[in-house]
Amino acid sequence: MAATVVTVSSGKGGVGKTTTTANLAVALALGGQKVVCIDGDIGLRNLDVVLGLENRIVYDLVDVVEGRCRLRQAMIRDKRLPDLFLIPAAQTRDKSAVSPSDMVRLCDELRGEVDWILIDSPAGIERGFRNALAPADVVLVVTNPEVSAVRDADRVIGLVEAEEKGPARLILNRLNPAMVKRGDMLTADDVLELLAVELIGIVPEDENVIVSTNRGQPVAFDPKAKAGMAFQNIARRLKGEQVAFLDLEEKDGFLHRLSRWMRPGGN
Amino acid sequence: MADWLERLLGKQKHSADSAKDRLKLVLINDRTNLTTEQVEALKNDLLQVISRYVDIDPTAVQISISQEGRENRLVADIPIRTPARRKRSPA
Repeated sequence: MAATVVTVSSGKGGVGKTTTTANLAVALALGGQKVVCIDGDIGLRNLDVVLGLENRIVYDLVDVVEGRCRLRQAMIRDKRLPDLFLIPAAQTRDKSAVSPSDMVRLCDELRGEVDWILIDSPAGIERGFRNALAPADVVLVVTNPEVSAVRDADRVIGLVEAEEKGPARLILNRLNPAMVKRGDMLTADDVLELLAVELIGIVPEDENVIVSTNRGQPVAFDPKAKAGMAFQNIARRLKGEQVAFLDLEEKDGFLHRLSRWMRPGGN
Repeated sequence: MADWLERLLGKQKHSADSAKDRLKLVLINDRTNLTTEQVEALKNDLLQVISRYVDIDPTAVQISISQEGRENRLVADIPIRTPARRKRSPA
């Protein structure tokens, strides 16, 4: 096995990085892949609660880096999916406890053991983001169809390119088809035109995301939820499959125009 | 309440269109690190230098930043006023 390291970033906070990381991890593991996800948000960890694994933390990422435990000991195995693991972030430390080269070393140690390593980047473009970016083979940038989220996504896409980790692939999260229809939300086409980047998925706004997060049961477990289906599709595209985009009842010709942006996945 | 009415009368555009137009400008500024005023200053400096060599009509000059994918380029269209033939300096 040679794992692919996927870093999920966004610049702006609150756009759905952690939700995306948790759901892609679940979707990949449901598809029979062996997955480790790493919470890169030291000091503000959340991937553990979103995955529903918060009660099982003994060791964390900083313990591994500082040699207080072996890598295996910090890997929490998900009981629902035996091929899904979480390495939680430390809650009482800050980003400087880990360096980009620590992350590269840690991922190299894991590469032989799993199919996918997903890293949940913290918001911002400082140390935590650099840590998450350093070992990446693929960078996913999550954004929402809002001015501030799109602007920050553009910054991050530029930084990813500058670090030669590009081209980043875009996840447009929380698209509200009804608002798009009445002209009060940027369309997927608008966002893609502005950012000039390849799209890997659109996740519609869906109350099920909050409900499932309340329970610590990521929405990707629920194939009936639209957002769950969208994350499942993104996971398949990550694996290189060609999957049509969901019909989000947009205006005429939306999917048609969108299909131009969909190229068979490179990674 | 007047939102939809104003839109109907063409007085107000859809908020998504405003978002897109504003983002276009903001992203150009962010990517190039140039503000609109700086582009204007650049244009004036360029014009000064060029007019030292050729006769140009400053009002016809167009300088803008264009976007191709994620690449930005400075595009200058500067019509030269001098009549067709160039004067040759005697050898």
